[in-house]
Amino acid sequence: MSAGLALDAGIVALLLCAAGAAVAARSAFAGVVGFLAYGLALALAWVRLAAVDVALTEAAVSALTGVLLLGAAVRLRASEAAVAAERPSRGLRLAAALLCSAVAAGLAAVVLAFADPAPSLAPDAARRLPATGLDNPVTAALLSWRAVDTLLEKVVLLAGLLAVWSLAHDRAWGGRPGPPPRATRDGALALLARLLPPIGIVTGVYLVWTAADHPGGAFPGSTLLAAMWVLARMAGAVDAPAVGDPRLRAALVAGPLAFFAVGFAGYAWADGFLAYPAGWAKPLIVAIEIPMTISVAAALALLVAGPPVRAPSR
Amino acid sequence: MSALLDGLGAAAIAAGALFFLAGTVGLLRFPDPLSRVHALAKADAVGLGLIVLGLLPHAADVATGAKLVAVWALVQLAGTAASQLLASAARRGAASG
Repeated sequence: MSAGLALDAGIVALLLCAAGAAVAARSAFAGVVGFLAYGLALALAWVRLAAVDVALTEAAVSALTGVLLLGAAVRLRASEAAVAAERPSRGLRLAAALLCSAVAAGLAAVVLAFADPAPSLAPDAARRLPATGLDNPVTAALLSWRAVDTLLEKVVLLAGLLAVWSLAHDRAWGGRPGPPPRATRDGALALLARLLPPIGIVTGVYLVWTAADHPGGAFPGSTLLAAMWVLARMAGAVDAPAVGDPRLRAALVAGPLAFFAVGFAGYAWADGFLAYPAGWAKPLIVAIEIPMTISVAAALALLVAGPPVRAPSR
Repeated sequence: MSALLDGLGAAAIAAGALFFLAGTVGLLRFPDPLSRVHALAKADAVGLGLIVLGLLPHAADVATGAKLVAVWALVQLAGTAASQLLASAARRGAASG
């Protein structure tokens, strides 16, 4: 058995164990910890499959959802014992088991029924790549060929943020999320919040910029930028902005607006929605990516910050 | 020369892996949070340091080597800070409960 195969087998075993631990965990907190380990192992698996773009996104998404789920698990802790004590009826449990088995069997059947060789658009993508002026086919797929999917994803992110904000109390609407910042007395956290952001911000901007030609992307880059802000906020160095602040609202919609503007301009200068004129694909994609990064980073940071709790100052 | 470097590199990586193994055993077997954090922090710092040291002779160029060292330095920074935070949280928890 070659070393590569042994490594792959180890990663698969790790994935199965982490997934099993996440599902079988007795407490929500332990389940989230299993989910975090699962996300890390999955990112490793994508690296082994040479899909570095996907690995970066997986690591970013799983870290972000992990933080959100951890927060939810801690908030739900008080009522967790009561929920766990309720035992659903035998019929309900049987129905759940049957439905889950049916879904698993269906997925297995689909995977086993794949055509061999699997249908692939990779040769087409490689042939058309020069027309986009990009060197990274993943970015070309995300922002040129399937740009409308990417656009809708970003809009969904804003809808998610609105859902979080709508949990706010009436008197806090338009105010700031979380308690007022208090400078941390923990030396380690203060040091980390001073040393890490310069590195993280440069790396985040680099990930966005390099995505045209190398693995990277606006989403992992934005996640890193948002994480640096969350770190500074944890250490009490910055306060969360008021959700009613017009500058914040502008930052949040800048990306989708730029995307829509370029999209509708496609009717005028090319042949339809989100079509780029020949030779202009790359500059237009960069013009979308930059405001998009700002919007996504702001939305992710505010998702972590939660609904506003402090009344706006007048 | 290169055979010597290869041997030293392999020895360093093996020693690093041993530190990770010991750290994991410590995480599973030590009785209280503080000693578990201690076991993990040592594995991160020394284990990863030795593995990076062992990989350095195989780095294709100076830039790759610098990246390896940067990975170690970043893990060092995040790992030690996280250990401090965990330890102070564990102490607060012990004091209040």
